[in-house]
Formats: sequence, structure tokens, C-alpha cells
Amino acid sequence: MNFLVYIEHRGGELKKASLEVLGEARRLASDGDKVTALVVGHSVTEIVSAVSTAGADTILVADQEILGTAAADTIATVVTQAIADQDSSVALFACTVAGREISAMVAADHGTCVAADCTAIARDGDTIAVERPVFAGKAVLAADIVSYPGVVSVRPNYGAPVDSPTAAAEVVAFAPSMEPSKARVVEVKQEQNEAADLTEAEIIVSGGRGMKGPEQFKILEELAGVLGATVGASRAAVDSGWRPHGDQVGQTGKTVSPKLYIACGISGAIQHLAGMSSSRCIVAINKDANAPIFQIANYGIVGDLFEVVPALKSALE
Amino acid sequence: MEVAVCLKRVPDTASKIRVGEDGKTIDTSDVQYIVSPYDEFAIEEAIAIKERQGDTQVTVVTLGDTAAQKELRLALAMGADSGILIKSDSALDANQVARNLAAALEAKSCDLILFGRQSADDGSGQVGPMVARILGMPCVTDVVSVELLDGAVRVEREVEGAREVIESSLPVTLTAQKGLNTPRYASLKGIMQAKKKKIEEVEAQPFDARFPVKSLSPPPARPEGKIVGEGVDAVAELVRLLREEAKVL
Repeated sequence: MNFLVYIEHRGGELKKASLEVLGEARRLASDGDKVTALVVGHSVTEIVSAVSTAGADTILVADQEILGTAAADTIATVVTQAIADQDSSVALFACTVAGREISAMVAADHGTCVAADCTAIARDGDTIAVERPVFAGKAVLAADIVSYPGVVSVRPNYGAPVDSPTAAAEVVAFAPSMEPSKARVVEVKQEQNEAADLTEAEIIVSGGRGMKGPEQFKILEELAGVLGATVGASRAAVDSGWRPHGDQVGQTGKTVSPKLYIACGISGAIQHLAGMSSSRCIVAINKDANAPIFQIANYGIVGDLFEVVPALKSALE
Repeated sequence: MEVAVCLKRVPDTASKIRVGEDGKTIDTSDVQYIVSPYDEFAIEEAIAIKERQGDTQVTVVTLGDTAAQKELRLALAMGADSGILIKSDSALDANQVARNLAAALEAKSCDLILFGRQSADDGSGQVGPMVARILGMPCVTDVVSVELLDGAVRVEREVEGAREVIESSLPVTLTAQKGLNTPRYASLKGIMQAKKKKIEEVEAQPFDARFPVKSLSPPPARPEGKIVGEGVDAVAELVRLLREEAKVL
């Protein structure tokens, strides 16, 4: 059973989630199985170096100028050809925006479904079994991959990179045949924000209706600065126009799974809980002792967040 | 222009989800249904394009049982022109849904097909790009702005840590992210007009199931939490617990 991992990168930077998926592929592989990392793009030497000892036996490199600005359909064509070239049984992706899109197209090429956004993958002999949250985490669906080649995407922060560096992978050039793309990326605006994206963040400090207005989010940003955290928001805060849409955590926002989630002035509506209840440790700061957020929090402080948050920041400094 | 919007009837996001007796599907006894929230952004965008461009037909399509007519009617009341219901009494997997949608849309020669970025139930976000692939058109997911050019489209989307600007020729499939627009409410006049609009019904085709559900279960229970204390006096103890007990700092 051979595994192929699509390596995602943007602006010359490797996506951390791809290393997690590569680590999972290595763990699923038995003796004699091959793990291939597929790098697609233009001028990708540094990306290839960055995955050299991250669990792959082979790094397949499709490096062409048009692949530097290619949209998902062209990349999916490359992946589908790489699956055939490497005789892969399972193609794995990080479940990012691009990973979702490309994996779905690859699945369509093979007349199958993506086992999408998996939080667990296990192997029993020749069967790959997966678990994935559905209803935004209100239930967990278990399934076996029944159609091969299988296509799987893994939720960021769920897989783990290899524990220690593996032997340097063999680098092989790959020249897929492609038609000119009908879509292309014309501009990438990197966010100036130093903080990690919410879906990749290890610590999130999130604010809700209890923040009372946009200016007060400054105290959350200061706390986040001390923790190296990313600031999130509840739907109430976003719909009030206090924070941009991209900051929303919950069923109609981002689903997050950091190791620490600090909810400030968030009552804990079911839609919000759905998006963050898979966080490893949840802290709730809320003045209402009966707020539902306390039912899922590991630790709670009942009190005025405008006093508690600055005190927490000082204590951590 | 010919624009299609694919939408899904899903349990209200405020509803509690209980696993049904078969252990594979949810207990639907107390469930209220809605148009999946991201699909509303797709419907709004289609209607806004029709209003701006003129000479545009907006078709809304869903796959589901007869009850899903209600969600199609809502989209018609918002301003879509006609509907297609692909009838299926049983739940189908993403491959089956995508192939049925593609079969229904192929004859329409759409310039633009819109989806929500993901459904509020299954949430895998794959049917949009699959339909695009089957119909041989590009797809851009998670768009937050759409600008129509001559025979092409320029969109922006949010990806992790960046915004991408993507240009594509038409036809193209787009999936809508929150922030694209603010969906309108159906007016009383719209609701009255929607009653006269046509919903075509076709039977779903039996494509092979590729992702059979083995089991559905409640999420793992979270460990019993504790209230550390009240106000700033509890902060020192919280920091100690985070460092020494939870080991997350």
C-alpha cells in the first residue's frame, strides 16, 4: 500500500499541516510500502529541502513556470497523474482551503469521495479506517475507505510530523502533461499579521458579545501577544462588525483545534461550541456563572473580563 | 447569463444532534431544517449578479426528498427564477450527489455555478469542486468577492494566512465564504411570486456509493471542568493549572 502526500506551500513557505500529513502517512506505511511527497509549483527547491527528512521515501517534484500560478484544476491534474505514476493506494492532503479543493477534484477523477477533514486515520491490514467530525463536531462519523485509490484529507493540528528525521528522500523530477489552465492566481496578498491562522494556531484568545465593542479587543490582542496566540471571535462579535469575518470561530466560521482556547465574554451558543469544542484545553472567562461555556471549559473564572484578562496578561509576562 | 446555485437542506445549526437508532444517521424527530447557511451567500450572489447584469436566469438546484421543495421555494422567493429538485429519499454520498448535480446541470450550459463553501451537516466541502471537475470547468472555493469581467471572472478568496486573487474564464464554479455578501430576506411579494415559479422534478440516478457510513457517534465527552475562582484573585491559580496540570503553557 503506497501513500502519496500533496505538499502545500504558498509564498515560498511550507504549510506546517503538510508535515503533519506526511508524518501520518509514514505511520500508516508498512515495510515495503512507499511514501511519496508531491511538490508542485515553480522554484520549489527550498520546499523540497524542507520535506527531505520528514517521512517520505521519494519526493516527486513537478517544477514548471505555469505551475507557480496554477489554480486547483491544474494541480489536481498533476496529482492524479502522480497517483498513477507512483502506484499510490491513498492520496493524502491537509484539509486546508486549497487541500479541500484539490482533493475533491482528484476524488472526482477517480469516481470516489474524499474522506474529508479526518481527525483520525488508522490501518488494519489492507483497510484504512477514518473518523471525521460532522455537524460541525456535534457527531463523529466513522468509515472505511472502500474505493482505491482512496483520497483522504486531514484536519490541521490532528496529525503529527515524524518524531525524528527520516533518511533523506530520493528527489525525482516529474513532468506531467497539462492543458493550459483556465484559471490562475494573479496575486497573493500575504497577511502582515505575525500570528498564525486560526485553523493552525496552537493558542487562541477569543472574544464574544461580552467584549462590548471593537476597541476592547485590544486587551485580547495584548494577551495574545504575550502567549504567541491568535485572536478569534464569536459570531455575535463578527455580526456586530467588531471583528472581520475571517476571525469567526464556530459552525458558520472556522473550526479550530488549538491546544489552548481562552474564551472571553463568550456565552457558548451551540454554534460556537461546535467550532471549538475539540480544543485540547478550554478556559472560559465570563461574568455569568451560568453561561453554557463553563460546561465544556476545563477551567473557568467567573468575573469581569476587563479585570481578569489584563491580570492574566501580567501574570504571564 | 445562465447561473445555477446548488443548495442543501440541512438541520438548523442551532439544533441538538442525536444519533438515531440505526447508529448511522441522526434522529430527525425534533429537527428543524434550513437552507445551509453558506448556500444563502451563494443564492444572494446569484440574485445580485442578475440585478446588476440583467438578462440572467438563476436556477436553484437541490438533491433531497420532496420536503426540500421548501428550501427551493425560499430561494425562489429571494429572487431565483426556477428550481430543480433531484429526488432521493435516501442520503447519498458526495460522489453520488456531485454526479447527479452535474447530470442535471450539464444541459443548462451554465456560465456560473455557485455553491456554499461547505454544508452545515456533512461539511466536507467537496461537492462544488467535484461538480466543476465532472463538467470540465475550473473551480475557486471560499470566495469573498466576485467581479464579472468580459467572459471571465476575478475573485478573491481567503486562504490560511493570505488572500488570493484568482482570474478564471467562464464557465466556472465558485463556492461562497462568509463575507461575500449579506443575504436578503424574502419579501412578501417575493414569497407570493415564488408560488408561481416552476420546480422541475427529476429522479436521482443510482451512482455507486463510495463512502458508506460505518457508524455515527456523539463526540467524545470533555473532561469535567472546574471553576477556578472569581475575578482577578483566581488568575494566579489558573496560570499554575495551565502550566502544571494541563501543561499547555
